[in-house]
Amino acid sequence: MKSFLKRVLGMIPVLLGVVLLIFIMLRSIPGNAAAVLMGEHVDPATVERLTRSMGLDDPVPVQFFRYIAGALRGDLGVSYRYDRPVTAMIAEAFPATLQLALLAALFAWALGLAAGIAAAIRQNKLLDRLFMGASLLGVSMPIFMTSLLLQYFLGFRLGWFPLTQEAGNFASMVLPAIALGWNSAGSVARMTRSSLIEVMQADYIDTARAKGLLRGGVILGHALKNSMLPVITMMALQLSSMLSGAVITESIFAIPGIGRLATTAINNRDMPVLQGTVLFTTVLVIAGNLLADLLYSVLDPRIRKEV
Amino acid sequence: MANKKTHAAPGEALRSQIGERDGAREKLARLARQNKLAVVSAAVIALALLLAVFAPVVAPYGEAEPDVLARLQPPSAAHWFGTDELGRDVLSRILYGSRLSLAIGILPSVAALVIGIVLGLLAGYFGGWVDYVIMRVADVMLSIPSLLLAMVVMYTLGSSTLNLFIALSMVGWASVARVVRSQTLSLKETAYVEAARSIGVSRFTIMRRHILPNCIPSLIVLFTLNVPAAILSESSLSFLGIGAQPPAASWGLMVNQSKQFLFNQPWLALAPCVAIMVVVLAFNFLGDGLRDVLDPHSQNE
Amino acid sequence: MTENERAGAQNVLSLRGLRACFYTEHGVLPAVDGVDLDIPRGKIIGLVGESGCGKSMTARSIMGLLREPGRIAGGQILFDGRDLAQLPEKELRAVCGQQISMVFQEPMTSLNPVLRVGRQVCETLLVHDRSLPRAQARRRVIEMFAKVGIPEPEKRYDCYPHELSGGLRQRVMIAMAMVCRPQLLIADEPTTALDVTIEAQILRLMRALRDETGMSVLIITHNLGVVAEVCDEVYVMYAGKIVEHADTFELFDHPAHPYTRGLLASIPRIGQAAERLHAIPGVVPNLLHLPAGCAFCPRCAEAGEACRTRRPDLTEAAPGHTVRCLQYCAETAERRNA
Repeated sequence: MKSFLKRVLGMIPVLLGVVLLIFIMLRSIPGNAAAVLMGEHVDPATVERLTRSMGLDDPVPVQFFRYIAGALRGDLGVSYRYDRPVTAMIAEAFPATLQLALLAALFAWALGLAAGIAAAIRQNKLLDRLFMGASLLGVSMPIFMTSLLLQYFLGFRLGWFPLTQEAGNFASMVLPAIALGWNSAGSVARMTRSSLIEVMQADYIDTARAKGLLRGGVILGHALKNSMLPVITMMALQLSSMLSGAVITESIFAIPGIGRLATTAINNRDMPVLQGTVLFTTVLVIAGNLLADLLYSVLDPRIRKEV
Repeated sequence: MANKKTHAAPGEALRSQIGERDGAREKLARLARQNKLAVVSAAVIALALLLAVFAPVVAPYGEAEPDVLARLQPPSAAHWFGTDELGRDVLSRILYGSRLSLAIGILPSVAALVIGIVLGLLAGYFGGWVDYVIMRVADVMLSIPSLLLAMVVMYTLGSSTLNLFIALSMVGWASVARVVRSQTLSLKETAYVEAARSIGVSRFTIMRRHILPNCIPSLIVLFTLNVPAAILSESSLSFLGIGAQPPAASWGLMVNQSKQFLFNQPWLALAPCVAIMVVVLAFNFLGDGLRDVLDPHSQNE
Repeated sequence: MTENERAGAQNVLSLRGLRACFYTEHGVLPAVDGVDLDIPRGKIIGLVGESGCGKSMTARSIMGLLREPGRIAGGQILFDGRDLAQLPEKELRAVCGQQISMVFQEPMTSLNPVLRVGRQVCETLLVHDRSLPRAQARRRVIEMFAKVGIPEPEKRYDCYPHELSGGLRQRVMIAMAMVCRPQLLIADEPTTALDVTIEAQILRLMRALRDETGMSVLIITHNLGVVAEVCDEVYVMYAGKIVEHADTFELFDHPAHPYTRGLLASIPRIGQAAERLHAIPGVVPNLLHLPAGCAFCPRCAEAGEACRTRRPDLTEAAPGHTVRCLQYCAETAERRNA
């Protein structure tokens, strides 16, 4: 557990760096945020009062530490636009994103693993080429293209699924989940295949065959577990690209999630909300990577002891 | 992972038997022979670049040449991909849009490459606090989901084409720096670098003459795979309305503007989507092919 | 009784003209080029040669473990009246592990790192007898662990490979190979990766197991010391061909092929410390560009004109002793006259 704790502690400077970077970038905008907020025809005294009440006249380092201290208590500031705590807005939006990401991940991993394993078993045969072509197509399709195609064909032409998400309607989650998971499914399939093929070169695969195991038994009993180690790491990295992708999926399917929050924050010039959502998402990604490390060490007995 | 020195594996014995130690040129020749897909991809990319450069020559209509009498036309002989809501020819818009989309795929990747090489070399070669600071910054950049990072940059700088370049350059350098750093670290200890150092070759020369050339194969692969990522990021940002701004033509922006017509005029949104996909696919195929022959870590096929 | 049947009565396994090639884009490499080899019941046979001479390929051919682009190109692998080279994969796998088993060179990488060693050995039993109750299989594995000299076998059963030393891992590999009581054990460089003291223990163990069970053993090695220690008969292999075959004493006392003599001279001996260690000059030939005559000719100090142009056949040097060398006859005559 020691080295895992060390990894957790090692994330702290990175996290501070993330906050600092976003903080500096968002605060280097020319012009007074309070003035932007109030519109153009306001008397300067009001702007000044607002500036002071928002703490914007303090030096940036002071603002920074105030923000960090707040963030540690779960206070990410107040939305310029809606005058509500950012934390509350994120808490409201997060379940929708979580649901979307989980469904997408489920879809991506199930499809990706199955296709990757099948392709590895039939290496260089027709099925392999077909699957790998399809997965590269999946990786190369912009997520809005997948979304629009699904909307047009499965939603509009065939009418199988609702076009946009409706709360509480599971069928309406299907299209966004597929759209979001599609790219990841491609990556997972490619990674699974190449990892499995590499593992099949290992000496212990010969041992297993020398024991009398047939190819299927060798793959299921010996190769799969070993080959999953890098795939799991990649799945965690997928979380990052999925949260990126969720921004687009949520915008197309009208899902009130974190991504939508970020997009509207940009359009509203609502800096605290943007800052909060980016920070929150990054924390999720970092936590996901740590989780992958943990999982990796559970699966690999060689490093289990060190954890 | 498992010890890679599998003495019994015939592959290794075989390779030494046939004396297979190819130089870069032979490797590329092998790629051309064995991976037809990579060759086709390279041709597609070259064609796309040519079309972008000569867009004014090849495009049947102007970039923003509205024909109010022919709005939202389906594909026809006169307008292969139909016309948009202002009566502009979609094919011509795609050709003109490719200039921006390809430029934004390639130029920020070049910038990211340069920044990444410099920082990676510095971190790997000097080590110590230089290394620590650079790599922590890279960690930070890689921790933030790339689209969100680009969104923050766009928010700060404002939506414009130039700012798009800046945002995407900032996103890409960290992974380059990591690769260069790890290569530098492993090469720094090799006998020939130590020999060069012992006879007083300057640090700059060592990096340029001895370390950088060894990174090139990985960097070519990384670059080839960074370009499609940048193209996708650009189109995503433009699609969200925070990238390129009208009246500029960019593929992502075209999809953004035509998604409202998806159900009645689907070709409007799908044509630029297909353009993006073809170019990205070509880069991915090429990158994969290059990795197979250039990257020593995945050379067992 | 056909010739094959007669051979089968004495021999547990016979190779007849075995050819195995690598099919590369640069051409076809005959890594194993017409090998005849007999493994009599209850004997330990050594197959000796430098790395790259095709000895591992021979072993892998028997087990059907050749990897692309390697394939069996011809010849027979006769076992139990069947030709393993012609057997469908499924039937071949039924033989492997049960009747013929194999121990590999690298005990570090030949065990699956993420599975407990006991389970890996147990699997051999379960593959060939699905009805075997788990508890019984476990008991047999632990017995076998004890037999191959693994201390505290109960405890070791649940260890992962990385928790064991190299010697113990190789004992686990041997237990895995022995647990089904095979008729033939193929050991591909079983001690190369081990310390010398461990090597002696492992070789002694293999001989003891042979004495107890009456199985045959094919040991593949580049080390004539290993051969001297345990083998009854020796085949010397060079560039894909058998160049000499004799029983161990005969081979060490009267080596006929210049290559064999070179190998023997390169064994360091106590008492000869002052003398420089002999090394055979040159390297293993490129199989794509074999010389027109004898493959060993470019490295041979005794080669004559004919050696450059004629490929020698195996000829009898003494009863039960064959050699593939053109110079041999002339030479023996000379030696006998002297």
